[in-house]
Amino acid sequence: MEFIKSNKLNIALIALALVIPFAIYPVFLMKVLCFGLFAAAFNLMLGFVGMLSFGHAAFLATGGYVTGYLVSNAGLTPELGILCGTLASAVLGYLFGSLSVKREGIYFAMVTLALSQLLFFFFLQAPFTEGENGLQGIPRGHLFGMIDLSSNLTMYYFVLAVFLLGFWLINRTVHSPFGQVLKAVRENEPRAISLGYNVRKYKLMAFVLSAALSGLAGSTKALVFQLESLTDAHWHMSGEVVLMTLVGGMGTIFGPLVGAAVVVGIENFFSGGELGTYIHIIMGLIFIVCVLAFRSGIVGEFNKFVKNNF
Amino acid sequence: MDTVLGINPVALFGQLLVGLINGSFYALLSLGLAIIFGLLRIINFAQGALYMIGAFLAWIGLEWLGVGYWWSLLIVPPLVGLLGVLIERFLIRPIAHEDHLYSLLLTFGVALVLQGVFSHIFGSSGKPYSIPESLQGVMNLGFMYLPIYRGWIIVISLLVCFGTWWAIEKTKLGAYLRAGTENARLLQAFGINVPLMVTLTFGFGVALAGLAGVLAAPIYSVSPDMGANILIVVFAIVVIGGMGSIGGAIITGIAMGVIEGLTKYFYPEASNTIIFMVMVIVLLIKPAGLFGKEI
Amino acid sequence: MNKLIVATAVAMGLALTNVQAAGVSDDTVKIGVLADMGGTYADVCGKGCVAAVEMAIADFGGKVLDKPIEVVSADDQNKPDVGSAIAREWIDKDKVDAIGGIVASSVGLAAAKVANEAKKPLLISTAGSTAFTTKQCSPYNAHWTYDVVALANGTVKPLVAAGKKKWFFITADYEFGHALEKVSSSVIEKNGGQVMGSVKVPLGTTDYSSYILQAQSSGADAVALANAGKDFVNSLKGASEFGLNKQATMVGLLVFSSDVQALDPALIADMRLTTGFYSEMDDKTKEWSKRFKEKFGKTPTMGQAGAYSSTMHYLNAVKEAGTDEGDAVMAKMKATKPDDFFARNAEFRADGRMVHDMYQVRVKKADERANADDIFALEQTLAGNDVYLPMDDACNFSKN
Repeated sequence: MEFIKSNKLNIALIALALVIPFAIYPVFLMKVLCFGLFAAAFNLMLGFVGMLSFGHAAFLATGGYVTGYLVSNAGLTPELGILCGTLASAVLGYLFGSLSVKREGIYFAMVTLALSQLLFFFFLQAPFTEGENGLQGIPRGHLFGMIDLSSNLTMYYFVLAVFLLGFWLINRTVHSPFGQVLKAVRENEPRAISLGYNVRKYKLMAFVLSAALSGLAGSTKALVFQLESLTDAHWHMSGEVVLMTLVGGMGTIFGPLVGAAVVVGIENFFSGGELGTYIHIIMGLIFIVCVLAFRSGIVGEFNKFVKNNF
Repeated sequence: MDTVLGINPVALFGQLLVGLINGSFYALLSLGLAIIFGLLRIINFAQGALYMIGAFLAWIGLEWLGVGYWWSLLIVPPLVGLLGVLIERFLIRPIAHEDHLYSLLLTFGVALVLQGVFSHIFGSSGKPYSIPESLQGVMNLGFMYLPIYRGWIIVISLLVCFGTWWAIEKTKLGAYLRAGTENARLLQAFGINVPLMVTLTFGFGVALAGLAGVLAAPIYSVSPDMGANILIVVFAIVVIGGMGSIGGAIITGIAMGVIEGLTKYFYPEASNTIIFMVMVIVLLIKPAGLFGKEI
Repeated sequence: MNKLIVATAVAMGLALTNVQAAGVSDDTVKIGVLADMGGTYADVCGKGCVAAVEMAIADFGGKVLDKPIEVVSADDQNKPDVGSAIAREWIDKDKVDAIGGIVASSVGLAAAKVANEAKKPLLISTAGSTAFTTKQCSPYNAHWTYDVVALANGTVKPLVAAGKKKWFFITADYEFGHALEKVSSSVIEKNGGQVMGSVKVPLGTTDYSSYILQAQSSGADAVALANAGKDFVNSLKGASEFGLNKQATMVGLLVFSSDVQALDPALIADMRLTTGFYSEMDDKTKEWSKRFKEKFGKTPTMGQAGAYSSTMHYLNAVKEAGTDEGDAVMAKMKATKPDDFFARNAEFRADGRMVHDMYQVRVKKADERANADDIFALEQTLAGNDVYLPMDDACNFSKN
């Protein structure tokens, strides 16, 4: 348990992250990092507050479209574009959050789904998103006006930095007094209320943060792939992030990243030609197995194993 | 073209009728979901996939076994129901005591697996299924030609929906079911085999989806993703109607089909989304749904 | 906390060094076939296009410049993000030299952005949007088989001239459908007709009932189906279910042989359409189609024939150029006139448009068909220059 939380592990992981693009295709790694951030942001709601949102795709897509559009048409440099995309998602998070945190459980999930469907429709019809074509040819640009991001390797290090920033933010939040209150709400909401906490306000703040970081992931991803499409706004995407979090381990810090790596890895492995149809089957089986036997996910089970045996 | 207040009544009625057809369909599908959630508190995200299996079984019956439409109507729903029984008994029951949301995630996984298997075997493009001979042709209603088969869908969906509603609200068996959701242990103390009842109810709810699948086969092509597309619409309907209410699901299903038809006339691009707009509005005003009771 | 700052700084520092990836090795000529393998457009190209490309490679001899020729393929699921990511990975990682297949125009344009930037030839066999040779033209695009303008000129113009003045469109709601509707509408209006209305339908819709109703209430005497593949099949079925086909002429703007074969002949008999190829036209097409059918098991569509033809022309150009480098190969491709069972009276223009004869055909009734492949009767051969757009000066890549 000590080793896991130790600095040594973190340093080792970061060192690994610095050298790995020389061994593995950087675009794949960037996809994992972006989805890892998305899942970590989602986990803030699911794992730490205990609220299952079925509409998080909305924030991923908003970040991607806003950034993609501004970088392509307003000539913004990548870091400004990403900032705008993240901000847009935060605002949307505030809007959607205000409407949905009044509800709980399945009703909360359904409201978030409905709101994200409305947004999907908006993205489908709005001229600036180019509908089914998606925003194509988004330039990666020059970071701070100086660093050319068109090389995959350079872009990777930038994405890694963004990911680490987002990850650090989530970590800080969870371990802060704010995070403690969120955990209290998850464990025993009536008690938290009786202690005088404005629970609704805390839930909303968590929602906004979760939405903003999901937008950050979407914005960055749009620059990596130089394309933003409706796939990011579709409810399947909302389902995928649930899967990643569940598989990796809800309520753990590393779980979402591990889950994202597993899911993206499997999709990549199976996407060539003949094996394509196996993806759904494998994903579905993973879902089922996780719910029946591994509810804590990979990292959760690992933590339990370590706790019991060391 | 004659118009009244800028609206062409002929065209409007046509869309409303198509809306009614779709609505009775939605009602049939939501009914199964509403029964499963309302009575069993299980969120069955696999309802769409089971509907798809119903359609495929009908197609397989026709293509490989020469089993015609009318036989499929009788045989397929119980088969799908049986599949539902197996799912409930072996996959859902182990987590029945956990948070509802786990049943959602589990059945979501089941849906993915079912869809993937059928995709793998049959490819993802649609298979044609012809309208049975006795139901082919159109009726000239004056303002539109109504294909007879679509009229048949309205009739049978409404019959089954009403029949089920009556069985649950007005019969003894229904009373047991409703009692079981209030207080399972007490009911069991009266000697009723509650787990068996739960399993059979789940099977029945799923069989309704299978029936809808057979009905759908001739008019929507039979494809592995037909369930996924319709599922969230059906969920939205159940939520709008009130997740505990069976009558609510039926009425809302029909109403939503009609509203969709109206939207297709006035603003066609929004027709896929109107249901969600309604859902947001309803959930904000009446969180338990139009006919629901607060859980 | 400190370690994270350090790590972030290190990561940023490395970003500044702007490390470039290593050079490209070329001991193989690799062609990637990107298409919808299982969805709405699976039958018009799909695995058949892979077979066609393999056939071209085998007929060519399996090797060029003493290097082996390889094929890879992938399913783009008709999604631009999937297609673009596959194209990118093929070029970055798998050293693919040319990308063929290309079905949904939205996917094609996304893949084109990636391929064009990397200077890899894009052999467009089945997509129809004219953007490949106009708005998004590139010296690396080879738009081979047909495009929406040729279809509109070939199919719509004669019908308007014959008296069908009031039109209604049922359109697939994406790039291709919009483009097809737009050029067809302008042809209609230029020839004295009127567009009564149109409705946009999501790709992959199976139930067209409400759209059919709208067409019926529009008062049109011709209903144009600006869609393809399964969408075309389903919309036509819907039209017959509601009796629309008795009230108005159903006009298929893009119809592949696979679609005709998927329909009950009674539903589609006598429909007039434009195609770039059909299997039973003459001895040359029959001979090739027979060989294709032996290999793949189904009658070839114009998309699949175009895939074979473009691949063959590409390989010949590679041989001529002595390299698989994009600029050299494209120059050689444009320097030679394509001439095979598919490309008749053809010219591969500087803007990337392969201009060739197109054919106005009529779908045969059931009792006119000698066999399952004999679905079309030739009405007229159309010279390429009469139906394709003239070259846009901005896209004239011959001035290098």
